[in-house]
Amino acid sequence: MTTAYRTVIGLETHVQLRTGSKMFCGCAADYANARPNTHVCPVCLGMPGVLPVINREAVDHTIRTGLALNCEIPEYAKFDRKNYAYPDLMKWYQISQYDLPLCVNGHFDVEVDGATTRVGITRVHLEEDTARLTHVTAADGAPASLIDVNRSGAPLMEIVSEPDIQTPAEAMAYGEKLRALLRWIGVSTANMEDGALRIDANISVWPQGEPIGDVKVEVKNMNSFRSLGRALAFETERQTGRRERGQPIEQETRGWDESAGVTRSQRTKEYAHDYRYFPEPDLPPLHVTRQRVDTLRAALPRMPDQVAADLVDQGAPQADVAELVQDRPLTDYALAVIEAGASAGEAVTWIVHELRRALNAHAATRCASGSGDSSALPPSPSQGEGRGEGRPPTNRPGPGTTIPIPPTEIAALLALRARGAVSSTMAGEVLDEMFATGKSARAIVEARGPQISGQHELLAIARQVIEENPQAVQDYRDGKGRAIQYLMGQVMRITRGKANPGAVSALIRTELDSAR
Amino acid sequence: MSIDRSQVDHAADLARLELSDDERERLRGELGQILQAFEALNTLDTEHIPPTAQVIPLGNVERDDRVADSLPLDAVLHNAPRVEDGQIRVPPVLDES
Repeated sequence: MTTAYRTVIGLETHVQLRTGSKMFCGCAADYANARPNTHVCPVCLGMPGVLPVINREAVDHTIRTGLALNCEIPEYAKFDRKNYAYPDLMKWYQISQYDLPLCVNGHFDVEVDGATTRVGITRVHLEEDTARLTHVTAADGAPASLIDVNRSGAPLMEIVSEPDIQTPAEAMAYGEKLRALLRWIGVSTANMEDGALRIDANISVWPQGEPIGDVKVEVKNMNSFRSLGRALAFETERQTGRRERGQPIEQETRGWDESAGVTRSQRTKEYAHDYRYFPEPDLPPLHVTRQRVDTLRAALPRMPDQVAADLVDQGAPQADVAELVQDRPLTDYALAVIEAGASAGEAVTWIVHELRRALNAHAATRCASGSGDSSALPPSPSQGEGRGEGRPPTNRPGPGTTIPIPPTEIAALLALRARGAVSSTMAGEVLDEMFATGKSARAIVEARGPQISGQHELLAIARQVIEENPQAVQDYRDGKGRAIQYLMGQVMRITRGKANPGAVSALIRTELDSAR
Repeated sequence: MSIDRSQVDHAADLARLELSDDERERLRGELGQILQAFEALNTLDTEHIPPTAQVIPLGNVERDDRVADSLPLDAVLHNAPRVEDGQIRVPPVLDES
């Protein structure tokens, strides 16, 4: 008899906040692009006698995140010291939040294969990042660790989920959707490869029907959503195996080894979690007024789930919409194209597929030629947020999209296509030309001349294609509908997309059927 | 309340302090006295006193997100036990993070 098991997963997500300065001092928070130890002052260096001062924008970002995750924002919050000794921690304590965090009791809905899971959000709290350690062989040949203090004190937000996740796929969906949300509300670049988003997992496996116990394994070192999924799949299997063999599961921290594809126990001493939290005496508590919360709530953009639901209601395909709302600038662009008269379905699908293809091709060309380009669009909303004080945030921008073509032009191109004035294939080429030359869709289409719809011309081409593709013709006769698409594609290729697709399709069918 | 040697060792371990036997014994006495002082507080009736983490009547001390100057590199590294390549060099540690 086989016992069924269930997997219980909770995620802890660390997010670097997009601020100009650090959490408790005025040093620039942008550590990634700076020479080591050049964004450092006595506060983030942990010198005796210094006093931290809370960065208001970091608190606001945390509250924004809490609101986006449907959290309660308690009226009273405070900071605490988390004590541990490690060379990356300059003061030997980290200022964090222990029992009174900024946000509590939220939830976040994630979708896997059409099924929605509501994941509870236990808390969102604010803390400071640690210094960066690198392990090297020093110039004298001895092994050493080097400390770059630039990251020390950078604002770091931690989002703790309830153990409501049951599969690696759900964990990945949670991570991907959370990343999109953080970018959407502009609080972080949320780039995993830069360490701006780091996800640790708590996972345990229990016999079905039995209560869930206290023991859990913490898994770390996942540097991508893919490794998150792989690590959790590995752990699920490892722990299930131990259960089946009647072996206990030990509470421990395990590190994911990407190249070996396994988790390994990180031998931690027994006192590793003896953090001796106590209230941070150097920071007065925060009384979060309802007015502050209301102001932040009112300034939040509509959430991606709402925008997506609207677009689906307007007839856009679910899958394309899900893709679109990963990217807020692109979503805003699509909304502007719809506003300019395009249908939601056409605009979304076309932007997700064709416009993004053209954008990537265009970006590649620009990079190759090294020329800059000023955007016709307003800057990414996330970059425009903030209090307008001091220097703008210097963290690297997220993968926002700046599109040098006004949305009205895309709407115009889609209208030309809808009228049949350009074929779908040709529309893609027109778009490329719009990127390259900056000309309007209408001007390009007019310069290209009218579509080939003259029966004589098209008939000759269709016959040529039929003659050259006996296999496709046979497939068509065998009832394979797709063969006609192939033949159409050949005609479009020869006509460079200038043929009317409806006319071509009809012509090929007539030719094939009459020759039978 | 007194504390035993293993508690002293544990605290020393957490603080990464290496203590001699004499120091351990002296600290055992001193730490015990500190705990005794706190135990005196336990005799007070605090039933109706809200817990506080702060003795100064302040709240919401926040600053604008404005970047200020940092220290020059030589000042940052001034107190470093060893310097290598513009960074603080310490004995090798296993990366547990």
